[in-house]
Amino acid sequence: MSTVLPVLKADDFTSDQDIRWCPGCGDYSILAQMKKVLPEIGVPPEKTVFISGIGCSSRFPYYVNTYGIHSIHGRAPAVATGLKLTRPDLSVWVITGDGDSLSIGGNHFIHLLRRNVDLNIVMFNNRIYGLTKGQYSPTSVEGQITKSTPMGVVDHPINPISLAVGAEATFIARSVDSNIKHLAYTLKRAAAHKGTSFVEVYQNCNVFNDGAFSYAQDKATRDDTTIELEHGKPMIFGKDKDRGLRLNGLSVEIVNLEDGKVKEDDLLFHDEKATSTLVYMLSRLRRPDFPEPIGVFRDVLTETFEEAVLGQINESIEQRGRGNLQKLFNSGETWKVGA
Amino acid sequence: MPTEASSPSTSKEIKTVSGITVRLCGDSGDGMQLLGTQLTNTSALAGNDIATFPDFPAEIRAPRGTRAGVSGFQVQFASHEVHTPGDSLDALVAMNPAALVTNLADLVKGGLLIVNEDSFEDKDLKLAKLKVNPLDEPAMENYRLVKVPMTKLTKLAVAEFGMSTKEADRSKNFFAMGLVYWLYGRNMDATLRFIHGKFGEGKSVVAQANEKALRAGWAFGETIEALGTSYQVDAATVLKSGTYRNIIGNQAMAWGLLAAAQRSGKEVFYASYPITPASDILHELCKFKNFGVCTFQAEDEIAAMCSAIGASYGGQMAVTTSSGPGIALKTEAMGLALMLELPLLVIDVQRGGPSTGLPTKTEQSDLMQVMFGRNGEAPLPVLAAQSPADCFEIVQEAWMLATQLMLPVIVLSDGFIANGSEPWLIPDVSKLTPIPIVHPTESNNPDGAFMPYKRNELLARPWAIPGTEGLMHRVGGLEKEDGSGNISYDPDNHQKMVQIRAQKVANAAKLLPPQQVIGPQSGELLVLSWGGTYGSCLTAVQKAQEQGLSVALAHIRHLNPFPSNLGEIISRYHQVLIPELNMGQLRTLIRSRYLVDAVGYNKIKGKPFTVTELLEKITEMTKTGNRVAQRTAS
Repeated sequence: MSTVLPVLKADDFTSDQDIRWCPGCGDYSILAQMKKVLPEIGVPPEKTVFISGIGCSSRFPYYVNTYGIHSIHGRAPAVATGLKLTRPDLSVWVITGDGDSLSIGGNHFIHLLRRNVDLNIVMFNNRIYGLTKGQYSPTSVEGQITKSTPMGVVDHPINPISLAVGAEATFIARSVDSNIKHLAYTLKRAAAHKGTSFVEVYQNCNVFNDGAFSYAQDKATRDDTTIELEHGKPMIFGKDKDRGLRLNGLSVEIVNLEDGKVKEDDLLFHDEKATSTLVYMLSRLRRPDFPEPIGVFRDVLTETFEEAVLGQINESIEQRGRGNLQKLFNSGETWKVGA
Repeated sequence: MPTEASSPSTSKEIKTVSGITVRLCGDSGDGMQLLGTQLTNTSALAGNDIATFPDFPAEIRAPRGTRAGVSGFQVQFASHEVHTPGDSLDALVAMNPAALVTNLADLVKGGLLIVNEDSFEDKDLKLAKLKVNPLDEPAMENYRLVKVPMTKLTKLAVAEFGMSTKEADRSKNFFAMGLVYWLYGRNMDATLRFIHGKFGEGKSVVAQANEKALRAGWAFGETIEALGTSYQVDAATVLKSGTYRNIIGNQAMAWGLLAAAQRSGKEVFYASYPITPASDILHELCKFKNFGVCTFQAEDEIAAMCSAIGASYGGQMAVTTSSGPGIALKTEAMGLALMLELPLLVIDVQRGGPSTGLPTKTEQSDLMQVMFGRNGEAPLPVLAAQSPADCFEIVQEAWMLATQLMLPVIVLSDGFIANGSEPWLIPDVSKLTPIPIVHPTESNNPDGAFMPYKRNELLARPWAIPGTEGLMHRVGGLEKEDGSGNISYDPDNHQKMVQIRAQKVANAAKLLPPQQVIGPQSGELLVLSWGGTYGSCLTAVQKAQEQGLSVALAHIRHLNPFPSNLGEIISRYHQVLIPELNMGQLRTLIRSRYLVDAVGYNKIKGKPFTVTELLEKITEMTKTGNRVAQRTAS
């Protein structure tokens, strides 16, 4: 007997709800790529759950025809952890933003990463609070003028990738909303990873922080301002592939490849399995001094949280047998009254 | 293993008494809680009815010998029914001066006072901030003081094991225990089993030393002249027949969760963040992984609550536990659970507040918080356990409500019943009735998309869980259209949904038994109580009834919604007294709901009520016949 599996299409993941993001928002592109990728992952809609917090990005679950929870501000990782611990059979995605995951939900974010729950986090980073109409976020850059910082932001921003490295995330990646091929590839890689996958997506808020990532979005500049990480490949960037990154002591430096003095072999080669030191170093590369890496920073395999937790449960059942309530109640010291 | 006859019999006079209240107190590192627990179990095994009150400081090891570090354990054991650990002490065992001076006031005149006289040296007095040795005070004449050189005697008793002074000193609580066992004719078997189970079988030096100390304490009682009589408390004959065990409130809560899970064909997902006095539920449950229990120690209170929401959405029996400060943190997520209309349990083991308050002391001051402490119109069912063993029952009742109504349900306990213990009639598991749960597999709307908020006659929505084909749906904290669950900002829909959610909570009354009254069905005074004060209120009311006073007790276990017959019951009495370990939170609710001029008796000392103080209040109210004008007029 053969079973013909229905082939899923993007439409199978499209809900009947009207999308309420502002026209031109980067979120549309991320939604489109997600819907394109979901059928390719091969998990049916009923086994997929999207969990979000609060913010523009967090409306996402309403727009995909899967199971979903639009939870409260910052807490999606905790909701997802509870779901995954009880339902490891499900494919779970956490959709969040920079404020949701790094400000109000910062605590849950780091604990989700260090526990390595098998789910995917997609963080829409637009460096602004959009849904509350334009206050600065924990990733807003110093000096940024926003509604709540008329004289410029004075907070030092969080670097999401560095934070993920610190929390020892097993999968760390970055992509850009408008770079749709790269985004789709990155989402697929995240889904394929067993453990917590963290994807930061540079996302344009065209209303409150337009152009924050134009350097990485614009086809004319992005080859010079970003560097695409590829496992096992030397780190080369530039429209003409004429520059590379080289390790000089404990620092990274840009070298010119044009004059042939520096060979490809002298460059830094990307290694997704490398220790966190290299990943951390890459996470520190920032404009304008360096091109900003996009792609998969890290992809290593360790035991997932639910495997460990459920493993103990199974081990306990194996060792002690399935628990028996009556035996438990009658265990220890008991006494009889009357007949 | 014990080698001698475990419980020798005394050759001294034995006096039979109906009940004894004894308190054991010493440094928080002295093992007083262990001593108390052993005495409790042994008394329970002797067939006595028991009630206990462990009372310890929030500090783990406050400086030795100081008043702040005093830890106590009180137990009442009796041949009659007891509902409280007792008001005043028949006997007090004090291991040091600090323990003596902080506890002496509760000892009755003529009561037995046993002290470790080795710890009443100058340095000990200084630590307790005492200028004079209290044992030399004239006030000692009020008590039967027995000075025992426990440290020296214990050291001698265990000398053969070649332990260091410090190690030998650790056995002195067992010496004290032996003495207490002699005094009350307690059988040492269970404690000997405990010693050898805990400290090692056979050749364990610690186990042998502890046994030796226990026996030396017993022999000391038998020998010294100062103790001429030992006391016997016969088995209680009032208890229902069956097999009993001693159970602690937090343990009963954990076991009740296991029972609720079994009854509903679920496994427990238990998420919590450590907090006094609720943590013992986590400690208990994490032992039961072989029952399929998944315990999750979350990164904070909010995550504990939110992970419970995730687990509930996934179709599991989700529970989170905390105390007042933690419940405050969970508040927003509780509102979300209410909006999502998902079944889960939130257990609040109350402690003294506000803020960090009195972590190890009891109070009933979270009632308003759990009733109203959420943004928006956000009612939830609230149940309150009345005794340690009742925790087992109430949590199952709560899970039944949660699943039948599709709602989070709050269960209140408190530090007093969480750590207290009482005999528990072990239920026959085969007779536990199922809690039916249905997860739909087919759409309730053949013409279109699944309707996650289409309701049954109780207004419960279907619990469709991920993995079910065709029932994909999204839930969230935004207001939703009734039926479809789609986001809706429609004014009329919002009013309708707020009313539906309120009615759903009100419908809980249909699933719960009516309020019972203990005593006359009408009369002068109704005492209305709730939660952990049950034992004190019941005992006080019973004593008042024995004195011929017209008083009845209605102890409320279901606080939201109130039992449907409560208003009618209240109307049958001239006066209503509401004793609470808070400033009058239930009283506020009762007054506003039933427009009755209820009187409060309020104590906020971190301690349970004494029967005496309640009886005084009842007597005062019934004797003066201070009737309520509005109600008698109507």
